[in-house]
Amino acid sequence: MSENILHLDHVTMQFGGVVAVDDLTLDVNQGEIVALIGPNGAGKTTAFNCITGVYEPTNGQVSFLGTPIVENYPQGKMASQYAGQNKGMFTHRLAPTPDHITQLGIARTFQNIRLFGALTVFENVLSAKHMRAKQNFLSATFRLNQKEEQRMREESMKLLEEQGLAHLKDEVASSLPYGLQRRLEIARALATSPKLLLLDEPAAGMNPQETQELTDFIRQIREKYGLSIFMIEHHMDLVMQISERIYVLDFGKLIAQGPPETIQNDQRVIDAYLGVADDAEN
Amino acid sequence: MQYYLSIILSGISLGGQYALIAIGYTMVYGILRLINFAHGDVFMVAGLMLVYLSAWLPLPVSLPLMLLLTAALGFLIERAAYKPLRSAPRMSSMISAIGVSYLLQNLATYVTGGLPQMYPKIPFLSDTVVIAGVSTKWVTIITPFLVLALVIALTQLINHSKVGMAMRAVAKDFETSQLMGIKINSVISATFIIGSFLAGLGSMLYFTNYQSIVPLSGALPGLRAFVAAVFGGIGSIPGAVVGAFIIGISETVIKGSDWSVFSDAFTFALLIIILVVKPTGLFGEKTTDKV
Amino acid sequence: MLQEKRNRSGMIAVVGLTLALLALVLVLENTIKPTHMIFIVLKKSAVYALVASSMNLLNGFTGLFSLGQAGFMLLGAYTYSILTIPVESRESVYYIYGGSAIKFSLPELFGGGGVGLVLGVLVALILGGCVAALVAWLIGLPVLRLKSDYLAIATLGFGEIIRAVFQWDKLGPITNGANALKNFPTFSSFNIENADGQVVLRLSAFVPMLLAAVCIGILLLLINSSYGRAFKAIREDEIAAEAMGINLAKHKRLAFCISSFFTGVGGGMFAMFANQAQAKNFVTSMTYEILLIVVIGGIGSISGSCIASFLYVAASEWWLRFLDSEAYIGDFKVPLLRTGFRMVVFSVIIMIVVLFFRRGLMGDKELPDLFRMLRSRKTRKEAAK
Repeated sequence: MSENILHLDHVTMQFGGVVAVDDLTLDVNQGEIVALIGPNGAGKTTAFNCITGVYEPTNGQVSFLGTPIVENYPQGKMASQYAGQNKGMFTHRLAPTPDHITQLGIARTFQNIRLFGALTVFENVLSAKHMRAKQNFLSATFRLNQKEEQRMREESMKLLEEQGLAHLKDEVASSLPYGLQRRLEIARALATSPKLLLLDEPAAGMNPQETQELTDFIRQIREKYGLSIFMIEHHMDLVMQISERIYVLDFGKLIAQGPPETIQNDQRVIDAYLGVADDAEN
Repeated sequence: MQYYLSIILSGISLGGQYALIAIGYTMVYGILRLINFAHGDVFMVAGLMLVYLSAWLPLPVSLPLMLLLTAALGFLIERAAYKPLRSAPRMSSMISAIGVSYLLQNLATYVTGGLPQMYPKIPFLSDTVVIAGVSTKWVTIITPFLVLALVIALTQLINHSKVGMAMRAVAKDFETSQLMGIKINSVISATFIIGSFLAGLGSMLYFTNYQSIVPLSGALPGLRAFVAAVFGGIGSIPGAVVGAFIIGISETVIKGSDWSVFSDAFTFALLIIILVVKPTGLFGEKTTDKV
Repeated sequence: MLQEKRNRSGMIAVVGLTLALLALVLVLENTIKPTHMIFIVLKKSAVYALVASSMNLLNGFTGLFSLGQAGFMLLGAYTYSILTIPVESRESVYYIYGGSAIKFSLPELFGGGGVGLVLGVLVALILGGCVAALVAWLIGLPVLRLKSDYLAIATLGFGEIIRAVFQWDKLGPITNGANALKNFPTFSSFNIENADGQVVLRLSAFVPMLLAAVCIGILLLLINSSYGRAFKAIREDEIAAEAMGINLAKHKRLAFCISSFFTGVGGGMFAMFANQAQAKNFVTSMTYEILLIVVIGGIGSISGSCIASFLYVAASEWWLRFLDSEAYIGDFKVPLLRTGFRMVVFSVIIMIVVLFFRRGLMGDKELPDLFRMLRSRKTRKEAAK
């Protein structure tokens, strides 16, 4: 059994009266590619947001490399409204801002690409290097960080070359075609030197050929950077081809998990996607 | 006792006047998400218009004419300065609003030559009345009732008329209501016309009390009314009115104390506190960003 | 690397241009008669260029719409004035309060004379900036969490609060209440005189230009550093910036404090320009003026802010002056011309810029970018031949 990198322990996210993620427990191990699938509105992106600190989960714990990084329990108004399970299981509150999570080594991309539109391709990647640079605003302003700056630039350039974006480095990010924007967003996430990469629908809007390229690309970066990858995806070809394990969410609940073959034949998953005909129950 | 009564009375009346301006802010913000910085200056221009109109027309004619022209001014400002920027970033239209405010102030300076203008005496409103030993103008007594009546009428309009329904729809979701066939432009124009009309009424009440108008007369009342709108929860009309009364009363109370220099500082401190503690104000609705 | 080489040549061009401009001012100042309008324009536009550039750091580069500039300028102006009024003038300046609570003056502490003046003024200006930055840090804690227009209105309110505090009677022995602070060293104090009191070398326009150039230079260095990129990332997309490990609270506060620091320095320089500091002059419309300069120059362009502040000040104080006085062509009285018309025309021009030239003079480009674009267009044309 390889080392556990990400562990969600009974994570629940409730907005008002709506339980968007309900008691989700899952694992991603070192070097694995794991997919999170489910119909629209199943709570997949919400789960990502709970991991990356964008949302604070209502209840539950997230651990990274064995250390709890996010934890919460129903409190305040939520204490009485809480409709999830395992109330009282957690007693601490640990709510870092997203930048702290990134600092720890979890990087992400977004479902609706969020590049720094007016910046160049190069600057997009370079700005992700800012976090790990040893400098302060005075040393940076007065150019006392030349070595550090040089290193950041070289590393960013190298990344762009590896991603085949080097020739576009002075283009404005928003002017890139859609597929390249996706690729740049992944490159930018890699620039934060992550151990775990969260991809939110990386193949959205891609044609079959582009999807195939993306499949190879994801495998490549995993080998190259020793990453673990956790992704949300709707393209079943991609998911079935690439993932070692799959988790299926429906209405916030985990309904199935396992290797691709098991998931493909799981009746609950098929029902969740195709819907159960009403008269079938009678 | 009489002293306190007089302070409370004038506070309520000032609050009512702010309320009339604040409604304009809150309605425009509710629909366009725009702080209409020029609104306070529209209020000032309304005051000046009556000064000039009443010089050659009798009040019964000049007063309605002033209200009409003020409403037209609001309409014009929106068409000329905000409509072209509707798809631009929010900062652009806010800057445009500041530009309009600057233009109106400079125009007023040019027309008046920078000299304070005496506001005409409006019969009845300007007359003195004695209540419980406190002598005050009728306008002080009338204002809160007038404001209340107008607010009730306005909420009726918004809740039960077709235009009102369109306004609520646009405020809720700009794009969708456009897709649903609501004529966005006429709804927005209606909003500006109502807002400016009320600001015109407000100016009549306000300047009857304060008498002299300078080009900067609109700036501070405008800002205070805006604070009132934020305080009450921007986008909410009852909120704006409640906020305006709170701001108006606290202003007169502080002005009557040893801390009078701090009356505006207090207003803004209140604003910052409410923004930090409850950014949606007393009656505002919460919105969240989708990631 | 290509990019860096280009950056460097751009930087050299900017530095060269600035030095040439400074030299030109120095020559002009010592040849043309010193009462010429251009010098007032130069001094004031130097101050405004600095304040507008620091506002641009917030509004244009970090995407924080702040309207507290007048308040921070006030802090800088008062700190500067309070620390530099000569001890012997304090009695007369603070006559209402029977003298000042502060019994020293920085230029005198530094030994008076030329050296004392330079050191004292510099230290006072920097301290003015520090006070502004400190206050920015304090109010930044709560206020910077607010979204765009709420931030604008909260900072606007902050400016009003500061103004009220400084006019407060109880602080009179320090701030002189609502009265003006004066008699402190101004730009003309830097003119070098001979023993007879005659001016040998005029520096009164050169000094503010130099100060502004140095400060704006530092701002430019910051904007082109790793931190500048982080600020721009925040402007583009806060959520993505945060996901890239950029701490929003820390970086926003940093931008706010640095911007306020330079606004404070600009405020001190404004006091030097105006020969006095009085709270009632630092009103919201001053902030609006600076905002309009930023817009005219182009949001996100420091060179735009500098050019626009010169044009703005020159147009309002000098070129459009004629609109304010009645004029006759032969017997024909030109209509409309009288006091106030200048500002009407001026605000119409501004509205035209805001509505129809939304990107301002420079958009988000800097001067070196323009040179580069011109050059590449030229080479392309030549290639086409």
